[in-house]
Amino acid sequence: MVKICFKVNGASINADVPDNMLLVDFIREQMQLTGTHVGCDTSQCGACVIHLNGESVKSCTLLAAMVDGQEITTIEGIADGDKLHPMQDAFHQNHGLQCGFCTSGMVMSAIELVTNNPEANEQEIREGLEGNICRCTGYHNIVKSIQAAAQIMAGDRQG
Amino acid sequence: MYQTTYHKAVDTADAAAKLGDEAKLLAGGMTLLPTMKQRLASPDMLVDLAGCGLTGIEDRGDAIRIGAMTRHVDVETSAVVQKAIPAVAAMAQGIGDRQVRNRGTIGGSIANNDPSACYPSAALALGATIHTNSRDISAEEFFVGLFETALEEDEIITAVSFPKPSAAAYAKFPNPASRYAMVGVFIAKTADGVRVAVTGAGEDGVFRHDGLEAALNDTFAADAVNDVAVDGDGMISDIHAAGDYRAHLVKEMTRRAVARC
Repeated sequence: MVKICFKVNGASINADVPDNMLLVDFIREQMQLTGTHVGCDTSQCGACVIHLNGESVKSCTLLAAMVDGQEITTIEGIADGDKLHPMQDAFHQNHGLQCGFCTSGMVMSAIELVTNNPEANEQEIREGLEGNICRCTGYHNIVKSIQAAAQIMAGDRQG
Repeated sequence: MYQTTYHKAVDTADAAAKLGDEAKLLAGGMTLLPTMKQRLASPDMLVDLAGCGLTGIEDRGDAIRIGAMTRHVDVETSAVVQKAIPAVAAMAQGIGDRQVRNRGTIGGSIANNDPSACYPSAALALGATIHTNSRDISAEEFFVGLFETALEEDEIITAVSFPKPSAAAYAKFPNPASRYAMVGVFIAKTADGVRVAVTGAGEDGVFRHDGLEAALNDTFAADAVNDVAVDGDGMISDIHAAGDYRAHLVKEMTRRAVARC
C-alpha cells in the first residue's frame, strides 16, 4: 500500500492505496465519483480524462500513487454549485452528445483546449480532440459546443 | 492492472539502487502502464523518476539540453526549443494526443526505442548525445535495435543534448488510429553534412539512409531524392502497411521534410 495525500475537486484526501491501483479506479470506486468513465482502458478513447494540476490527462494510464501531493479535478468539480460550467452548458445547449459516455472526458479536454487557445478555430478544435473518441455524434455538435463555450468563456474573462 | 510495487525515487542514485532484473523505471507511464495492462511487461517494481528533478530545457549555446523527465508538451511549447530547433518542437507537438503529451517524456520515449516513436529520429538525425547517470552516449551508439538501447541495467537517462543544426525538419505519416509514425523522416543540415533519420519503417528501429543523405548532400532539394533506391525488404510489414509502401513513404516524407527546411 502507498500513502497518498492529494486534492480532489478542492478537498484534501488522505488514503492508503494499493501500489498498482489506477487513478481512475480510485476516483470511481473509492471516491464514488462515477462521472469519469472507463472506455478503452488503453489510453486511446479519452472517456477517463480529468485535470491534473489544471492539465488534461488520461486517468486510466496513471497510478493513484503517482498523484501524491498534487491536485485533480473531475467532471464533478467544474460546476459552480448548481450553475453549470460554460463548457457543460454549451454541450447542453448545442446537443453536443448523444449517449453521453464520452461527454465528461470531452468536456475536460475541451476546457483545457479553450483555456490554452481561446480563439481556436474549427480545425484546431478538431485536432485538439484527437485524444477523445465519440462513436455517436460524428463530432459535429461537439465542435459547435466548444466554439460556443469559447465565446462565453472569453466574455467571462473580460467581464 | 498488473500486480506490482511502487517506489518513488528521491534521486537517480536511489532509483539506480532499485534497478535489477525485475524493476522498471517509470517516467510518464504512457507506454509502460498500457504495456503492463496487456501483460507484455511484468515488472515486480516500478521506480518513479518524477521526484528526481530531471526536468527542464537549457540553451547551451551550440546545443539545447532537455532533461529526461521533460514532457512532450513542455518541449512543444518551449520558447528555447522553438527558437533553436523548431523542428524538434513541431515533432513533439505531433506525438500522440494532448493528454499523452501532458504526461509522456523525452527520456521515456528514447529509453523505450519503439520502432515507430518520433524522438529517436530527431536524436539520430541531429547527432544528439544521451546523458545518463554514468556516461554520455552518442545517438549512433545508443539505438541498438527493436526496443533495444545501449543502456545498462542500472543506467538512467538524465538528459538529451541536441546540437543546433543550420536547418532541420520532420515529416511524419501518422497511423490514423495510434498516431504513431507509419513512417517519419527527420532531416538535419549539420556540420557533418545532411543527415536523414527514418523511424516507423526499419525492422531494427530507427536508421540513417546513406542513399538519401548522399543525394541531399549533392543537391539539397526535394526532387533530388527521386532516383534514390529505397528498399522495402528490410522494412516493417504489418496490417497497417507493407514494406514496399513504407519504402515509398520514406521517400515522400523525405521530400516533404526537405521542402520544410
